[in-house]
Amino acid sequence: MTNLLGNLTNSRRSTNPSKSGQAKQPSGVLAKLLSPDVLAPIAVGVLVLLIWEIGVWATGTPPYLLPGPSLVIRTLISEWGTLFPSLMITLQVTIVAFIGAIVSGLAVAILFTQSKWIERSFFPYAVMLQTTPIAAIAPLIILWVRQVVEGDQATFVSLVICAWIVAFFPILSNTTLGLNSADHNLLNLFQLYHANRWQTLRYLRLPSALPYFLGGLRISGGLALIGAVVAEFVAGTGGTRSGIAYQILMASFNLQIPKMFAALLMTTVSGIAIFAILTWLSDFLLRHWHESAIKREN
Amino acid sequence: MTSANVAFTLSNVSKTYSNGTIALQDLNLTVKDGEFVSLLGPSGCGKSTVLRLVAGLGQMSTGQLEWGDAFRHKLAFVFQEAALMPWATVEDNVRLPLKLAGMSKPLVKQAIAEALALVDLQGFEKSYPRELSGGMKMRVSIARSLVTHPDMLLMDEPFGALDEMTRSRLNSDLLNLWQQKLWTVVFVTHNIYEAVYLSNRVVVMAARPGRVVADIPIDAPYPREDNFRTSPLFTSYCRQLSDALAEATQSPAELSTEPRSRYDVVNSIA
Repeated sequence: MTNLLGNLTNSRRSTNPSKSGQAKQPSGVLAKLLSPDVLAPIAVGVLVLLIWEIGVWATGTPPYLLPGPSLVIRTLISEWGTLFPSLMITLQVTIVAFIGAIVSGLAVAILFTQSKWIERSFFPYAVMLQTTPIAAIAPLIILWVRQVVEGDQATFVSLVICAWIVAFFPILSNTTLGLNSADHNLLNLFQLYHANRWQTLRYLRLPSALPYFLGGLRISGGLALIGAVVAEFVAGTGGTRSGIAYQILMASFNLQIPKMFAALLMTTVSGIAIFAILTWLSDFLLRHWHESAIKREN
Repeated sequence: MTSANVAFTLSNVSKTYSNGTIALQDLNLTVKDGEFVSLLGPSGCGKSTVLRLVAGLGQMSTGQLEWGDAFRHKLAFVFQEAALMPWATVEDNVRLPLKLAGMSKPLVKQAIAEALALVDLQGFEKSYPRELSGGMKMRVSIARSLVTHPDMLLMDEPFGALDEMTRSRLNSDLLNLWQQKLWTVVFVTHNIYEAVYLSNRVVVMAARPGRVVADIPIDAPYPREDNFRTSPLFTSYCRQLSDALAEATQSPAELSTEPRSRYDVVNSIA
């Protein structure tokens, strides 16, 4: 026994320095940036932009048909003053709807796992929410909300509701699946130690559901942004609180295609940023135990 | 036998699963306080079902379970897999039963340290299960079951998935602990050698339907050293058990034909 333990402790000691050594190396970040994982997609991107730029220049395509990348960037800088505030409005809608979807999705999923009957009765309606085309019902939602809420706030509230409808279901369905995926031996163990419902939820079901929940977030984060943009397209609202979709719409009406591209670029980058943040969050929360966040060692 | 030294008695227990499988039929079993009893049998003979019924996981179809008078029956269950929470450290896994019982903090710390010391896992408090070997995970699982100071351990093929060397080491460690702590142990296994090495008594079960076919006391003194495994006494018990298993694994149809060789039977069990 002592012998075995000695071996184990040794192997443990030998793994520890390598871990801390990795953290201490400042060149680690640089090495990561120079890795093929980063360099390869950058190379592809640069190549495509070059071909695009040269193609536009060589064929003499007018900017109102297809602006070159450099023109899009120049427009982005010159129009920053109008575009950025609009993006912020859209991101506000997105974030409020996303948080709403997280809270409601988690709450309803917990409710579902507490009673099979509740799940059976309500799950089909949650699916209906997902399958209803948002572009079709957005005008209706805007109309209804205007009956209840006054002024500028009405648009904001209706956009949030539309984005929420799109973002809600992935969180609900993923979290429900996760809460039901707790290890059966551990469920037996909890029963054996007379754990109550709350303890089983808190110490077993919620941690088991965490990877699924985070997967749902990654899907819903982007969907919330798309939901907000689509709803705004339908609403077509101007005024002081107009979002990025309004800018895209107006730019295309006025044939300001470079501005339209610039606004589109901002939206896409925001979507990528949301996904990146949520991926980082997922890896961070699961770093100690879940396969998705652990580097394979072979 | 007075009821004072009886741990529990199962009488006329039957269990039929909802899909119609008869897991147990008319099973009678009495386990005495402080006994180390192994349930030995081929897969599907209902030995795990017996354990689950004793633990109160699941209902018996007919029959009853009676606990001995003086028995506190504070149970701990060790599963076939280590069944650890992958998101929790070794320490937090061992803490679980105490946390569920709402034990106060200073006592918890001491209890965890004691339990980890019993299974020789000091220094691994902050490790995560995925960083441990199969044998070490099983030790954590055992530490978790010991932390509540149980007086009965129910073990469902706990070492079945481990390699032979780790298995025999954990077997010796388990016997040492058993002698210190005076638990009652019900140990499910399909390994004849393990059953003989560990037990006071081996209960042989047969499948379809699950029932007891032999109840063989292992009359060898404790502590059992490693050389017990190579003694003639050990070998003769193994032979006796494999004969009992040979009978148990033969269906009535097979009984009418020529009996299978003992070697085949042992193979089919191991």
